[in-house]
Amino acid sequence: MSKRSAIYGVMAEFDHAEQLVEATRRTREAGYSRIDAFTPFPIHGLPEALGFRRTRLPLIVLVGGILGGLTGYLLQYYSAAVAYPVNVGGRPLNSWPSFIPVTFEMTVLIAAISAVLGMLALNGLPQPYHPVFNVPRFALASRDRFFLLVEARDPHYDHDSTWKFLESLGAREVFDVEH
Amino acid sequence: MSQVDVPQAPHDPHHHPPVIAPGHTYASVTDKISTIVLTEPVSRGWIVGFAISFLLTMMLLYAITYLLVKGTGIWGINVPVAWGFAIINFVWWIGIGHAGTLISAILLLLHQEWRTSINRFAEAMTLFAVACAGLFPLIHMGRPWLFYWLLPYPNTMQLWPQFRSPLVWDVFAVSTYATVSLLFWYVGLIPDLATLRDRSHRRSGRLIYGALALGWRGSARHWFRYQTAYLLLAALATPLVVSVHTVVSFDFAISILPGWHTTIFPPYFVAGAIYSGFAMVLTLALPLRKFYGLEDFITMRHINNMAKIMLATGLIVAYGYLMELFIGFYSGSIFESAAMRNRLFGPYAPFFWALILCNVLTPQLLWSKRIRTNVLILFFISLVVNAGMWLERFVIVITSLHRDFLPSSWAMYYPTRWDWATYIGTIGLFLALLFLFIRLLPMISIFEMRELVTPHAKSNGMQAARSLDRGDDAHE
Repeated sequence: MSKRSAIYGVMAEFDHAEQLVEATRRTREAGYSRIDAFTPFPIHGLPEALGFRRTRLPLIVLVGGILGGLTGYLLQYYSAAVAYPVNVGGRPLNSWPSFIPVTFEMTVLIAAISAVLGMLALNGLPQPYHPVFNVPRFALASRDRFFLLVEARDPHYDHDSTWKFLESLGAREVFDVEH
Repeated sequence: MSQVDVPQAPHDPHHHPPVIAPGHTYASVTDKISTIVLTEPVSRGWIVGFAISFLLTMMLLYAITYLLVKGTGIWGINVPVAWGFAIINFVWWIGIGHAGTLISAILLLLHQEWRTSINRFAEAMTLFAVACAGLFPLIHMGRPWLFYWLLPYPNTMQLWPQFRSPLVWDVFAVSTYATVSLLFWYVGLIPDLATLRDRSHRRSGRLIYGALALGWRGSARHWFRYQTAYLLLAALATPLVVSVHTVVSFDFAISILPGWHTTIFPPYFVAGAIYSGFAMVLTLALPLRKFYGLEDFITMRHINNMAKIMLATGLIVAYGYLMELFIGFYSGSIFESAAMRNRLFGPYAPFFWALILCNVLTPQLLWSKRIRTNVLILFFISLVVNAGMWLERFVIVITSLHRDFLPSSWAMYYPTRWDWATYIGTIGLFLALLFLFIRLLPMISIFEMRELVTPHAKSNGMQAARSLDRGDDAHE
């Protein structure tokens, strides 16, 4: 029990992306749920192998874009028709065709900012510290190696049997991830 | 992505050169690109290049300081030519910026995977070009310290910007463009910053790159959201890039000046922007590739493709010139036809004919594949097109302004040495920022290059048979 709380999880290193996808799929089939995979570039099929299929990000961006467009239009309406009405060549105060460019730019601006901040927030970034960085070999996750992590919080987790299971998946090496 | 890369035969049936030289692995790609940033000694060429561009930047600062002290009277502008170099250079720089977003966003959505090795520095080029562009309208204002009057905010004067004016649209378009380009570029950099963090041998490097990488660890869930965000940004940047030069062209087209008041301006400006942007990408990519030995990553296929895009957009621009002249004479308006006659045969006619030589005639050489793949000639053509696009903006701004409706108000425009110092100074600023960029950040997207390696790496390794079975949908 004390050993379980001392470490964050067990991590396996693989040489090839295909091995990692296969290993992830089998780890999930074996009943593990608190797992994560780390790769140097996005791997097609890996999120599905982790049981991760959708993200709310497009919805956040849609809402951001709509709010940005509304803000842009209302800002122009308020300033041109309410706060500072000026007759320009007899055009209506709410001359909407002239307001389209700024409305469009505001839509794109707020949608883009929502996309970036939304992605970072859903990913929990910035995160200055994470236990996986305690594994020296993990530096290769940003180069050419592929890693699979089983967290100690997983209900199926048992240090020795999880270790053996990961080894049986063809891992190049298995590590303890300390807190 | 749609092509099937058969192992042992890296050349596909259409005889395209590969987008990455064969034999590379994830590790070799990572090391090759990150070493440029992380190796300790700075090359002599870099120091000389940076020193020259830094001196030019100092000249820019000197010219701006003198401008702030004396006012815009030190420039050649006056009534009727009140726009002069400031607006010519603004349009020129912002046009150059367009290629970066086109390469990173539009070519991404079109699944042109050859874009990968040029998108990072093309985006950096966009940012620096937009920075140079934004400078000009600011210092042209006369009292630049009051620039915030352009922004809508509640103030004690109870004034609001005039939102029916294209100049206010410009403020929103250019600042949105700068912000979105910066976000797009930074998001693309995050995984590569993590690579630099993990590979840096110095504590300072690990700290700085680590802070900028935001703790990126390559989790598959993170990658999934990351790719979603990146695609959404590309989809947002695509209409944005078209809108920016459209709005810039509105600055001209919405006025009633002969030679400006035409409906062809928006598409013709956008095509011109992409044309000049690709010329600048080539101007930068060809030397970079040579000096940093990146021939494996920026292959003849990239160079050939960029030359083709230049040829295509150059033809659109040539059509724009032709239509402008035709409609000018066909309109039946004496002011329009006089403006066109002035452009062809007036006091600034040499600029117009030089522009035709640079932008219409010279790029016709690009029909030949031998020229498209001759690095030296192509570099020269790209310089000619850069100059030609600057002449185009000169012709548009100056010939229409210096002779409008009333002959009594006609005048000539002559730039002063301060105009030239400011213009050449921004070229120095642009190059200085680029030199810093190639020294401090990976100029090619490392993680996207790893994705390109995938088929070749498999053909080297033991997965060859499996990758054959899975066919073309195996990698996205």
